[in-house]
Amino acid sequence: MPLTDEKAALLAKKAAEIRLSIIESLIEAKSGHTAGPLGMADIFTYLYFHALKHDPKNPSWEYRDRLVLSNGHICPVLYATMAHAGYFPIKELMTLRKLHSRLQGHPHRDFLPMLETSSGPLGSGLSQTVGMAIADRIDSGRTSSRRFYCMMSDGELDAGNSWEGAMLAGKEKLHSLTAIIDRNNIQIDGFTEDIMPLDPLADKWRSWNWHVIECNGHDFRDIDRAVTETWAVFDKPTVIIAYTIPSKGIPEFERKFEWHGKPPGTPEEIETALRALKAIRTMGGKVESTRP
Amino acid sequence: MLNPDLKLNPKLFDADVEQVPIRKGFGQGLLIAGDSDKNVVGLCADLTESTQMEAFKKKYPERFVEIGVAEQNLATVASGMAAMGKIPFMSSYATFSPGRNWEQIRTTAAYNNRPVKIAGSHAGVSVGPDGGTHQALEDMAIMRALPRMVVISPCDSIEARKATIAAAKTKDPTYIRLAREKTPVMTTDETPFEIGKARLAFIPAGGKKAEVGIIATGALLYKALMAAKRLESEGKMVAVMNLSTIKPLDEKAIIDLSNEAKALVTVEEHQIAGGMGSAVAELLASHHPTPIEFIGVRDLFGQSGKPDELIELYGMGESHIYQAVQRVLIRK
Repeated sequence: MPLTDEKAALLAKKAAEIRLSIIESLIEAKSGHTAGPLGMADIFTYLYFHALKHDPKNPSWEYRDRLVLSNGHICPVLYATMAHAGYFPIKELMTLRKLHSRLQGHPHRDFLPMLETSSGPLGSGLSQTVGMAIADRIDSGRTSSRRFYCMMSDGELDAGNSWEGAMLAGKEKLHSLTAIIDRNNIQIDGFTEDIMPLDPLADKWRSWNWHVIECNGHDFRDIDRAVTETWAVFDKPTVIIAYTIPSKGIPEFERKFEWHGKPPGTPEEIETALRALKAIRTMGGKVESTRP
Repeated sequence: MLNPDLKLNPKLFDADVEQVPIRKGFGQGLLIAGDSDKNVVGLCADLTESTQMEAFKKKYPERFVEIGVAEQNLATVASGMAAMGKIPFMSSYATFSPGRNWEQIRTTAAYNNRPVKIAGSHAGVSVGPDGGTHQALEDMAIMRALPRMVVISPCDSIEARKATIAAAKTKDPTYIRLAREKTPVMTTDETPFEIGKARLAFIPAGGKKAEVGIIATGALLYKALMAAKRLESEGKMVAVMNLSTIKPLDEKAIIDLSNEAKALVTVEEHQIAGGMGSAVAELLASHHPTPIEFIGVRDLFGQSGKPDELIELYGMGESHIYQAVQRVLIRK
């Protein structure tokens, strides 16, 4: 379905709602990761509210697309997006990281079976998604309608397991598989190119026989261009290198790797975060909230 | 005497007892499991022939994935296939899988609760000339520590075949420990096998009570039976248990044997630390404290040599089991 101007505007509003939910849940949890979830909010919003074939009321629907979160630590964006999409009540987001919560600090299928996988240890999501796509091809052939999306971080590309999965996907020519890399240039200890250089990143993927698309991870039109292009690729897996701004939405936190693994904690930080995100949500008070 | 109920190989104590590699039974079992369930798939890390997956690969090429030398990928791809309803059997040498990919098995198979079946071949010093890097001696310890993981260590090729077929029918993540070299075939097609069930392979004659129990797992069951035969000839009342499922433990069978014999020897081709003997000791320390002598590798790595030379060098031969029985009887 084409992305109309109206739909793009709706997605922008939805993403603002989701960002606010992310930060509210993190503030309540008093621990968790800020930068990645905010940076990926636009892409998650686009996928869940426009591109994915899925049914929040029937999460185990056999023919759904699979979205695997490899870098489990950004789960606040997965949880918030799923809640806004109708998988579970939005108010449940305030249980994040608490005892007996379905919303574990890193995703765990025991607690939330509607997740495609549990994750946390980095570098293992891509090859699980590769396994899913291979299994689907065994059952449904090369023209299967299911698509398999693996959400990855750039930092986890330090892990060899990521590249093992990439090599196998290239060998198996899995065109139903799309890896989406959050290219935000930060990881816990600093900037990725200081910790372990990844560039030239696109060339690395091309050399494993992947189709490579680069896009602006905050522009719904560009995200749409990238994702719809993957649907037209045959006999090759596709990677979307999505350039994003860590902590997008809170200017004071943006691009700073210090916000990789902590929530707003001091009263000043909390106020800064909420003020910025509420301003985005209402476009400075000019638009209505989409929240029901 | 051999327990007649188990219908063991009548030629078990003959010098020319048939010898077959345990891993071969895995290959046969995988083929049978694949015949009866189209969701059974195979994955291998560049050791297809050695881990006996070749026959499955030839018969079902579309259900076989060659992963290459990448054991972390082996586990995670298998888990992804399981997420789509497959029953993946993944095989490599046990030092590499579950050695190298233990965290991937933990998170994506056990924590995720996926029915991934892990065949770890070339376990124990009996791998022989390849040397210590290829002789898995810690695999049972690391696997039995994982919640949900079922751990099976078959005693021979026939039991390995049955274990593989049985594992394909459960939803549990499962580790099956296999050995490289030819070892005596002790069981028969008629010998009962059930995951989680321990059975006495050797019992005192005339319905008498055992004064010592030997609990063995894997191919060393044969050495334990040989030691038991010698002890029997000297008038000792000995029972030998084949403990092929290390997890979940057949607690009742072990406690019953411990109650009867009040002295035990455990026998495994594995580090003493964390292995089958440890599992038995953990159980009995809580329920029925019993003197135990442990036969296994004592905090050492293996080395090159002939399998039998290495079994003797590392203190796991028939004479070592015999001596351990003497020691534990003094402690009663």
